[in-house]
Amino acid sequence: MISVKDVSYTYMTSTPFEKLALKNISFDVTDGEVLAIAGHTGSGKSTLIQIVAGLIDLQSGSVVIDDLPVADKKIRRLVGIVFQYPEHQLFEETVESDIAFGPKNFGLSDAEISARVEEAMRQVGLPAELKKVSPFELSGGQRRRVAIAGILALKPKYLILDEPTAGLDPLAKENLLKEIFGAIKKSGVTIILVSHNMEDIARFANRVVVLAQGKILFVGTPRELFSQNEILNRAGLEPPAVTQILRKLNITENALTIDEAEKIILKHCPRK
Amino acid sequence: MIRVENLRHVYKSSSGDKVALDGINFSIDAGEFVAIIGTNGSGKSTLAKHFNALLLPTSGKIFVDGLDTSDEKNLWRVRENVGMVFQNPDSEIVAAIVEDDVAFGLENLGIAPEKIRERVDLALDAVNMSDYKKFAPNKLSGGQKQRIAIAGVIAMQTKIIVFDEPTAMLDPQGRREILSMVKKLHAQGKTIIYITHFMNEAAQAQRVFVMEGGRIIRDDTPREIFTDVREMKRLGFDVPIAAELAERLRQKKFKLPPKILTANELVEALK
Repeated sequence: MISVKDVSYTYMTSTPFEKLALKNISFDVTDGEVLAIAGHTGSGKSTLIQIVAGLIDLQSGSVVIDDLPVADKKIRRLVGIVFQYPEHQLFEETVESDIAFGPKNFGLSDAEISARVEEAMRQVGLPAELKKVSPFELSGGQRRRVAIAGILALKPKYLILDEPTAGLDPLAKENLLKEIFGAIKKSGVTIILVSHNMEDIARFANRVVVLAQGKILFVGTPRELFSQNEILNRAGLEPPAVTQILRKLNITENALTIDEAEKIILKHCPRK
Repeated sequence: MIRVENLRHVYKSSSGDKVALDGINFSIDAGEFVAIIGTNGSGKSTLAKHFNALLLPTSGKIFVDGLDTSDEKNLWRVRENVGMVFQNPDSEIVAAIVEDDVAFGLENLGIAPEKIRERVDLALDAVNMSDYKKFAPNKLSGGQKQRIAIAGVIAMQTKIIVFDEPTAMLDPQGRREILSMVKKLHAQGKTIIYITHFMNEAAQAQRVFVMEGGRIIRDDTPREIFTDVREMKRLGFDVPIAAELAERLRQKKFKLPPKILTANELVEALK
């Protein structure tokens, strides 16, 4: 479990540029869940995930991961983080060596490393014959998979994904989400998904934390969130398009997916 | 305004040649707003880079305002006609102060300083960023940076502006800002070519090109394209959610008018 308590953070303290990024943030991440963190640019999402991953030192409050304080170096092996546009960080000559880079630094045996590379490639849906190919000859969607596989090969217990589908075309995005969430969830990894895409949150997250101007506005299920227009507005977020259509039809029921919306409309609207 | 004839583009590399564009033919009139959609690798960005001669055809021709882009003598005149805005604002911004960044292109054209001042002020005003002219670009949000990049193009006073996924890295509010900016420029008479993965953005253009495997496989109005729900899904595209929902309801024996595209149209038909 990850337990975040009373975390506040200010950039450039005691200078004219002082900026409060987070204020009194508290929430838990339960093992096995997909927790979404939603919020507008500048809401504090990035600062928060970097604190949870131990990349920014705490100023106040506490973050405890499986009974370890976040400052303990051991948490680096528990928490993996995939940044936005992670494919920009690829640098090795082959897909295989890029994915193996992290496990090598962990000092694992060659046999263990190659087993992990293969498993990670399977999890992100990369065919094994791409192992010896340069990552720079792959498509954008495949490069993104290589980058994610590099983190999965570290076998983190907690995985932070920062806007994992930004910039991908609709098909690549759909495939990546389905494959990754399918494979990762099966392996029991707990996921923190940073996103402003309400459709993705509706489909994949069990719970969602909404941030605005460094404060938590809401913690609950996506379904609860989408019935709270005022919170969505304050956070600068849009409910899923299906929910917007139901609102215009004066239907108060909430739909998270197009399947649900179809059923609700069938129930409420007369066939002409 | 733009005429493309039998365009073919081949990328050469050590691991073999890759045909990125093949058999492309179309023309775009002055003042049109054309969206281009296609999966990653379908050739959209390669096509975009041909409009201002960042890339030249392997074979075939492109004429911008009658100028052949592959004729080196025309290079500067082509670029005076076509401005480009790319996906990542961070890789477009060159100066340490917003107004210097907007002025960068003009300085390279050798325009008189007082003229530059006037054009920069107008351009920043057009994107609602006048208050930020003395700011450092790194203090701005992604949407604001992208507006600065657009101001740079506005200041160049090109007739054509090509946007290559300008909203891909932005949040919903940033996306709305940029799209409304694009529509304003179109209303002022600019010719707009707008590449995007967001179908609701493409749906607001006058005309949509669908690209697949280096070819333009459809060229039609957004209504015709996005209400062809089954075909678009087969090709791997999203359609606006209202069009998809309308199609599903029709299969459940709802009598709905054909070609419903927007949420408002669907709601109207169901009431």
